[in-house]
Amino acid sequence: MTRTREWLYAWLLLLPAATLLALFTHYPAVANLWHSFYSTPRGSRPVTFIGLDNYRALIDDPIFWQALSNNLWYAIGTIPLSIALALLMAVWVNGHLPGRGFLRLAYFTPTVLPMIAVANIWLFFYTPGYGLLEQVTGLFGLPSHNWLGSRSTALPALMVVTVWKEAGFFMIFYLAALQSMSPHLADVAAIEGASRSYFFRRVTLPLLMPTTLFVLINAVINAFRVVDHIVVMTRGGPDNATALLLYYIFEIGFRFWDSSYAAALTMVLLTLLGAAAILQFAFLERRTHYQ
Amino acid sequence: MRTATGVQASYRISRSLEAIGAWVLGILWVMPLLYAFWTAFHPPAYSTHFTLSAPLTLQNFAKAWQAAPFARYFVNTVILVTMVLAAQLVLVTLAAYAFACFRFPGRDVAFALVLVQLMIMPDVLIVENYRTMTALGIKDTILSIGLPYMASAFGIFLLRQTFKTVPRELDEAARVEGCSPLQTLWKVYVPLARPTYIAYALVSISYHWNNFLWPLIITNSVESRPVTVGLQVFSATDQGIDWSIISAATLMTTGPLLLAFLLFQRQFVQSFMRAGIR
Amino acid sequence: MKRFMQMGSWLAAAVVAIVAGSALAQAPVEVPFFYPVAVGGPITKIIDRFAADFEKENPGIKLHPIYSGSYQESIAKALTAVKSGDPPVTSILLSTDMFTLIDEDAIVPFDDLIKTADDKAWLASFYPAFMENSQTGGKTWGIPFQRSTIVLYYDKDAFKEVGLDPNHPPATWKEMTEYAQKLTKRDTSGNVTRWGVQIPSSGFPYWLFQGLTIENGVNLMNQAGTAVYYDKPEVIGALQYWLDLVNKYKVHPPGIVEWGTTPKDFFERKVAMMWTTTGNLTNVRSNAKFDFGVAMLPASKQRGSPTGGGNFYIFRKSTPAQREAAFKFIKWVTAPERAAQWGIDTGYVAVRADAWDTPVMKQYVAGFPAAAVARDQLPFAKAELSTHDNQRVTKALNDGLQAALTGTKTPEQAMKDAQREADRLLRSYK
Repeated sequence: MTRTREWLYAWLLLLPAATLLALFTHYPAVANLWHSFYSTPRGSRPVTFIGLDNYRALIDDPIFWQALSNNLWYAIGTIPLSIALALLMAVWVNGHLPGRGFLRLAYFTPTVLPMIAVANIWLFFYTPGYGLLEQVTGLFGLPSHNWLGSRSTALPALMVVTVWKEAGFFMIFYLAALQSMSPHLADVAAIEGASRSYFFRRVTLPLLMPTTLFVLINAVINAFRVVDHIVVMTRGGPDNATALLLYYIFEIGFRFWDSSYAAALTMVLLTLLGAAAILQFAFLERRTHYQ
Repeated sequence: MRTATGVQASYRISRSLEAIGAWVLGILWVMPLLYAFWTAFHPPAYSTHFTLSAPLTLQNFAKAWQAAPFARYFVNTVILVTMVLAAQLVLVTLAAYAFACFRFPGRDVAFALVLVQLMIMPDVLIVENYRTMTALGIKDTILSIGLPYMASAFGIFLLRQTFKTVPRELDEAARVEGCSPLQTLWKVYVPLARPTYIAYALVSISYHWNNFLWPLIITNSVESRPVTVGLQVFSATDQGIDWSIISAATLMTTGPLLLAFLLFQRQFVQSFMRAGIR
Repeated sequence: MKRFMQMGSWLAAAVVAIVAGSALAQAPVEVPFFYPVAVGGPITKIIDRFAADFEKENPGIKLHPIYSGSYQESIAKALTAVKSGDPPVTSILLSTDMFTLIDEDAIVPFDDLIKTADDKAWLASFYPAFMENSQTGGKTWGIPFQRSTIVLYYDKDAFKEVGLDPNHPPATWKEMTEYAQKLTKRDTSGNVTRWGVQIPSSGFPYWLFQGLTIENGVNLMNQAGTAVYYDKPEVIGALQYWLDLVNKYKVHPPGIVEWGTTPKDFFERKVAMMWTTTGNLTNVRSNAKFDFGVAMLPASKQRGSPTGGGNFYIFRKSTPAQREAAFKFIKWVTAPERAAQWGIDTGYVAVRADAWDTPVMKQYVAGFPAAAVARDQLPFAKAELSTHDNQRVTKALNDGLQAALTGTKTPEQAMKDAQREADRLLRSYK
């Protein structure tokens, strides 16, 4: 095939996907920046250019800073924990523990259930007075606590729900990776007298780096993307203690109908995600070990 | 001194501890689902009391069914998930084929642009995509829910990786037999990438079945709303939460997915493995 | 033959013209309308039955009831429809959405449609408390349809248990505090097993808070929707009372009390008195396995409660014929018998006095006196918080309330901050 024909063919093959990507990812990202410099149209008032006003308002907005800080804490709280748990689960399910089939099922079920449905069930777990947690802590004589109704525990409570939901999904990736690892490696290590933990640290983990990178990307995206549980369980409260960036954007854009401020907020979110992407690819790419 | 039996004993103890740990975690993990089953089949008075002698009932399912047009929501969800998956499979295959097997200027730049969508998903671009849908005039349709996701960077990434592992000889053999590029794609690459397709399909179905925020924003009517948005009706009443009905609704709407996973979990894991997602 | 064919075609044309003409002349007026569902029960069936019955009596009008989710979703749906140029003719939306709809230029006032003396009498028959959120600037923008107030539900069996008279619910703040102190039960390690009273504070605490402020003598905004009074001393005093219930008297659960689980808390007897909407009446009746009572909210300087719920609005982008048809439907569905039946079926407060005098309502109240409590409270009821840029101005108050209730800010600080934020938002509307 000639060079030109090859190019043409390739671009034609790419065209459908490229069009949709451009329309729903690249164009919106750019348009978002554009719209953040203009005011919101309201019935009688037309759109006007307002320059950096939205960004100034953003800096002065205590709720924005709260949402940003919440989201960063939320990411720190959920990402390492869900990845570590996923790895642990994968190791357990991969090993020769009794009832592996059930365990694999148990760990994965949260993934199959929609967050919007399980959030209500978790609401029961956290309800003070007669919720499941209350019943359990009551058995041990511990005092009652309003998990979702107090600023210090509301966000951690949501983090628990997230880790519960995500760990099983990541486990599958680790499981696949573990199962495709050559059993020779384990045999050789056993002959050489290496302990399990040594083997795990020096051999398994590095070989799992590609999976970890992949899982990390997913975890980071989800930390900024999933706000369904907030909608059901706390609506951002108490006093914005559980407001995450995307939830705040949703409130501003679709409850207050202030589309231009929402656009400015979205730019912040996009910048964060972009920075996270660059960090991950640059840093971890260097340390990954492809077979 | 570590004797052979000493090592064996400590090995067994640590194994038992691990087993116990794994089981405790497993039980903790299924608790919400167990609770859902309990409350769905027992009357509301027993939704917070776990007395074993409580009577069973199917009333909750009847009430949940009537509370919102779930039949329609269910149909919408099935249509949505199928439509998205079908479109994704086609678009992603074509694009991955281009990236994996063709040389053309701007290929790396284009691929980098594709990867952008890995991090910046349509979910975070709700404000702009809403505007676009309105401009296109397809707001409040099932198509509008699925359209932003049809070109899936994740899929292109995965499939390109898989296509790249197909031996050159097979490609050349097909060419020698006079196949056009598209025929080569169909006869050589696609069959070899089956595990990847299955793994990807499972991820896609699960994702879109559970997607909530974007469908909530872009749809308004019963004719286009999926099941997740329908479930939200239980969170919005003045009358407060009735866990029995919510659980019944949850089980009704996630039952198929749950069942599918129960039946196919082995294949699920195996396909991930063979897809080389590691 | 040709002549015959010519005549035939003329005849055919004439027939078609006549049929088309009469069809056009009789083309039914289409009236799509959105309605939310916020209470349990077969609301969709009832609305559909209303539509069918109305169409039978008015063959020239075709109603299209469209279920639009919760109140939040309904206003979202209505506004998006307005913005894309395709709004319904009428819709049931929150009474507090009035200013938002006016600002978006979405609705028309009813004054042009109310022409005859009968119409004027019909308008005057609605309870003034409900009209407060329906009128501004001398015009009527909404017609009350599914409205509510807050009421106090109390556990009569618990009252008896601690020696209180079950037929004498607390009438003042002082009494509520005293009763709550008696009703709060603790176990041997000091943990509370039953709270005396709880006022929900999740989601939209401003509504419950309005009960307290109205009782303390002040409502939170002006009629024009351009100013709020979050930092008036009486308002701060009301917040202080709420906090005292938690911190000083320890009869109210700490932190944020979830609206959605409050009725369940009551059924589980984890609380002896709860403040919640009268719309929960049927729910409480079916699920409380003990003797319960319903009372008006207690007085501080006076009795009081905010109203709640939804009004009918008519949208600007509609033909005069459609507006007339919608108006006819609204009058029809708010007729006394129908308003009464709607109130009975849903738990909303029937919106006009003569609805309460209908035989079906009288019978209902005779068998279930608790149903009349909300009506008896109406003389003391005031408008729900509603201003321009309503959602944001309300959020400022909600955040402040939650900050105070979780101990992050003092009541004064919380209310002053909320006032400052609200002033900033309302500046451009003055």
